[in-house]
Amino acid sequence: MLEIKNLQAGIEDKPILRGIDLSVNAGEVHAIMGPNGSGKSTLASVLAGRDGYDVTSGEVLLQNDNLLNLAPEERAREGVFLAFQYPVEIPGVNSAYFLRSAVNEIRKHRGEEELDAMHFLKAVKTKMKELGLSEDFLKRPVNTGFSGGEKKRNEILQMAMLNPRLAVLDETDSGLDIDALRIVADGVNRLKGPDNAQVVITHYQRLLDYIVPDFVHVLYDGRIIKSGDKTLAYELEEKGYDWLIQNAA
Amino acid sequence: MSSATANETAPTPIEAFARVEQAGGPLLPLRKTGLARFAERGFPTTRDEDWRFTSLKPLADLPFLPTLEPSDQAFNQTEINGITFGRHDVDRLVFVDGHHSSDLSLISDQPDGVTVSNLADSLSELKNDISSLSANDENPFIALNDAFFTDGALIRIPSNGRLAKPVHLVFLSTAAGDGQAAHVRNWIDAGDNAQGTLVESHLSLGQAATSTNVVTETRIGAGANLEHIKFQDQSDSTVHLASLHSELSKDARYAFHSLALGSRLSRNNLRMRLAKPGIECVLNGLYMTHSDQLADHHMIVDHAAPRCDSHEYFNGILDNQSRGVFHGRILVQSDAQKTNAKQTNKNLILSDHATANTKPQLEIYADDVRCTHGATVGELDDDAIFYLQTRGLDTKTARRMLMHGFAGEIVDRIQHDGIREELDQLVWNRLEDKHHLD
Repeated sequence: MLEIKNLQAGIEDKPILRGIDLSVNAGEVHAIMGPNGSGKSTLASVLAGRDGYDVTSGEVLLQNDNLLNLAPEERAREGVFLAFQYPVEIPGVNSAYFLRSAVNEIRKHRGEEELDAMHFLKAVKTKMKELGLSEDFLKRPVNTGFSGGEKKRNEILQMAMLNPRLAVLDETDSGLDIDALRIVADGVNRLKGPDNAQVVITHYQRLLDYIVPDFVHVLYDGRIIKSGDKTLAYELEEKGYDWLIQNAA
Repeated sequence: MSSATANETAPTPIEAFARVEQAGGPLLPLRKTGLARFAERGFPTTRDEDWRFTSLKPLADLPFLPTLEPSDQAFNQTEINGITFGRHDVDRLVFVDGHHSSDLSLISDQPDGVTVSNLADSLSELKNDISSLSANDENPFIALNDAFFTDGALIRIPSNGRLAKPVHLVFLSTAAGDGQAAHVRNWIDAGDNAQGTLVESHLSLGQAATSTNVVTETRIGAGANLEHIKFQDQSDSTVHLASLHSELSKDARYAFHSLALGSRLSRNNLRMRLAKPGIECVLNGLYMTHSDQLADHHMIVDHAAPRCDSHEYFNGILDNQSRGVFHGRILVQSDAQKTNAKQTNKNLILSDHATANTKPQLEIYADDVRCTHGATVGELDDDAIFYLQTRGLDTKTARRMLMHGFAGEIVDRIQHDGIREELDQLVWNRLEDKHHLD
């Protein structure tokens, strides 16, 4: 599904990712962990195509398409979804209008019929209920005045509606209390399927109690210095990152 | 423009006044005082603090030709039905170059005690009302209006009454010659617990460099609730000067929306006096300018009583070398404890040559108040564009959505569904025409 080969990228002349190799198959959940400043969010940004990052080497293939040649919206249409660490507030843009435009843009690209307002509402309301979002949510401007928990649930709602092949969740657990975390994790787990994959970026192990990864990778100084199964996350919880960093050095 | 030659032959205001004087009427003393006050002050210049960013050169370059006689141009109802908001089920009062047109107006049966008419036929009974709210204002255009106003709307809603349907005031400039100046006066009186929706449109037919100088006084009774939508969409060569003076009573609610889309130069002076406790006053404005347009909103919200809320929301979208000016002064007097005042002015700049001047001002003499203000000037938010892109929307759609949203923040506050929806579509269409989407 996703093949990252020797990915090197940075901002201006400052290298941040120093050669990442990662292979994610359909049906898998991968966790990327690491201390602050290790390049986790940069990886998410580069995958989604954020401006300002220079890719100096390597490639990123999504089912054999090189993502790096595509604009962010083309990546989204090909099935990449980034759940933001800090979802952007967009005053004045109604959530329902925004989400229906996005859904239809992606359906159009897939050759599917666009959803009319009625079918869209029916679909979105079911998913909102699952995420504990009240109906007035659709009338509110995108993320504007939302609590931290609402913003994160909105990301998962969008993910559920856009049905991506590859979802990258950037620190989705940050700022969530345990109840909100459980709701968000349930939402993510519901979307797991044999045809899609999830890459969960997180600083803490606690999210991985709810979203159980098949693989755990430790990112440090722009490289993956250790990969393992879910037990690696417990080991990190217990021992921290230092022992790995020393080994790597 | 033919102003260079016209200037030599155009009468000065003092010369033009001879005919007003000849016509006489119950307001002649007000008119004389107005002329004297105007003669004393003359046009403001950018040296006046209140006009610092707004040069009146486009007006000063024009001859002064007050439209003292009705135009002989003929229109029909069908044409009027075609204007913005023309299809709504409203009562309509039409004024052509400052003169009432009963042929074009449509007034249904309003409830007992409700008056929807022109004001020139009721001057005797309005003698003590007209200028009662505007008299202390130093603005020379009010003095000029006192001297020269021809007509305007008279709306009276009695206590506990309500307008059966919204009233649409339509002011058309049709004059073919540069410098034709319409002076319009409106008197709006909503009694205690009265309710209604008022739409005020200023439109022009043709491209002449005419000017409109409108003064509106609104008295809002205790517990009354009035929504007032002013839609200024005159041609790009015109000058539009407007002054609104409102006095609000206990627990009154007044929402005034200003859409400033047209005119080369437009200036809205808003003077709100919150005279009794429990008032909620909303001033909500959108200006969208291009080429060398200038749109100026200048407001003073005077909190003279405790426990009142006032909110000013003004968003501007500025293109080419146009300019948006915002001056918002909140005055909280010493008695006005528990005041809750909020003011925002946001400007979206679409071109390197557009300018926004914004000047929030808080003047607070009470100690238990909550006042906030904020102003921004900038381009579309790159983070927001990226966010929309990651959801599959291309940059053109994303930019359009953001601009629409920026205008939508203001349009959404209009409570009247039909007006809001039509305005939303109109704003959307105007933004679609812009070349800045790529």
